[in-house]
Amino acid sequence: MRIKLRKTFDNNMSREEKKWELRLYVAGKTPKSVTALTNLKKYCETHLQGLYRIEVVDLLTQPQLAEGDQIFAIPTLVRKVPEPIRKIIGDLSNEEKVLVGLDIRPVKQK
Amino acid sequence: MKRIAKTKTGIGGLDEITEGGLPANRPTLLCGGPGCGKTLLAVEFIVKGATLYNEPGVFMTFEEKAEELTENVASLGYDLDKLAEDKKLRLDYVQIDRTEIEETGEYDLDGLFIRLEHAIDSIRAKRVVLDTIENLFAGLTNQGILRAELRRLFQWLKSKGVTAIITGEKGDGTLTRHGLEEYVSDCVIMLDHRIISHVSTRIMRIVKYRGSVHGTNEYPFLIDEDGITVFPVTSLRLDKDVSNKRVSTGIPTLDLMFDGKGFFRGSSILVSGTSGTGKTSIAALFAAATCKRKERCLFIGLEESPKQIVRNMRSIGLDLDRHVKSKLLEFQAFRPGLQGLEMHLASIYKMVRKFKPQSVVLDPITGLVTVGSPREVNAMLLRLIDFMLSEGITLMMTALSSGSAEHFDENVSSLVDAWILVRDLESDGERNRAIYIMKSRGMEHSNEVREFLITSTGLHLVDVYRGTNGVLIGSARKAKMKEELASEKSPRRSANKVAKNIR
Repeated sequence: MRIKLRKTFDNNMSREEKKWELRLYVAGKTPKSVTALTNLKKYCETHLQGLYRIEVVDLLTQPQLAEGDQIFAIPTLVRKVPEPIRKIIGDLSNEEKVLVGLDIRPVKQK
Repeated sequence: MKRIAKTKTGIGGLDEITEGGLPANRPTLLCGGPGCGKTLLAVEFIVKGATLYNEPGVFMTFEEKAEELTENVASLGYDLDKLAEDKKLRLDYVQIDRTEIEETGEYDLDGLFIRLEHAIDSIRAKRVVLDTIENLFAGLTNQGILRAELRRLFQWLKSKGVTAIITGEKGDGTLTRHGLEEYVSDCVIMLDHRIISHVSTRIMRIVKYRGSVHGTNEYPFLIDEDGITVFPVTSLRLDKDVSNKRVSTGIPTLDLMFDGKGFFRGSSILVSGTSGTGKTSIAALFAAATCKRKERCLFIGLEESPKQIVRNMRSIGLDLDRHVKSKLLEFQAFRPGLQGLEMHLASIYKMVRKFKPQSVVLDPITGLVTVGSPREVNAMLLRLIDFMLSEGITLMMTALSSGSAEHFDENVSSLVDAWILVRDLESDGERNRAIYIMKSRGMEHSNEVREFLITSTGLHLVDVYRGTNGVLIGSARKAKMKEELASEKSPRRSANKVAKNIR
């Protein structure tokens, strides 16, 4: 646990050591949810290639999971790992905001 | 006329002023400042629903953690954990942490809907509380989305067939800070917490109740170990049953003045007079008469302690101790300044409910003026009288009149059914007491002024001597009567008889 925490706050660590576990909460296949998932996949492929895992939770089929992650808005992206937990709500249309929110350093800087 | 369906809250008094409860299957807005009791009322709504009406409830809190809430209401004897275990209650804490949330693009509150629906369906809830949903405004920046979603949420709640309470913090000049009243418009209840003469009073008001009559006044309410009580219930109408039965005043000669039979049972009587005119003695005799009929009497002393009263009454040949021992007489004594008027009223209400007396004595009501303005005392007494009337209890109140208090007397006297006045008459170097009936509704009563004697054998009323030289009282009366007796031409033989008997 201690090691994990140290990792979390260690910004100088090489990116290769980080694993990203992302969970996207949706409620059915609404346009917003689809947009959010498309956007997320795009950002991850660009900046976190091979280092991430996306889990999509559909609350329509698993409503009991909403309480655990304190979900109230849809869609909500939760960064489970690395800690601390971060949440981004909305269709993730603003790439810069998502990257800042997830604390991802962009690969290519324009 | 078709009346809208209502859901009983189970909260003492609230169902009366709303004439049956909150609008069923609709949301009700409960607003008020911090610490006014919103959350507690909402919790009680859920708990009473689960325990009294077999209506499970969902409590969604946006403020307190579930454990904190459970702890906070445990002092009221509410065991939320147990209710949750029995599937009668579901607590859900919606945490909105601004620091860990970022917003980008379009979103909706489906997550909240799903959570709520899941909670409702899991226990088949009939009641829902959202406390305080306005916290969403602090957590989310997109107000446009939020407002549209709230509107959708309240519509959805209606379609879901649950009776809901939405709490909202009071805003500056508006009912709620974020204008929730715009969305929840069926019923709006406002709570307030005021300090009046250094004593705090909680007040409830039904601002709006679409499709129903309701009490529009401000109703004081209490939060104590029994939860919330809107207190005491002031009926909206004057439609109480009245009794034609009569009860003795405790003084045979005074009974004579009241058409020979005494007061109406269940009526209210005011005895007022200046200091030392025997008001407490009249009240004590009335109490003793109640006990002699094997009925219970509650004696509330605001000036003297029970022991003082018992000792003092021995001097007029009255043994109250006997009735205390036989548990027919109960003394309750406290200083008026102990608590606010509302608390006084509440505690009297409670005592009455517990002891179930047929008569209540309040001695003296003038002491209450130290806790509230005459107007407030008046309002309180009105509710007290109303309560006693509805319980069929005969209420005797004494009032000390002196100077400005005369005015107070007059205000109160319009509320009571009978008003007895005891006065000091000073003449020929002595002070004598005179008694007369100012009013007695619904019966013939004497219009005479009587001399009022307090002796070691009790209280007695004697006719004053009215002659060509005016009214004679005290030793002047005795002298005149002796004189007449000597001349064997007494026009007032009956008065003589009485006088002889007692002296």
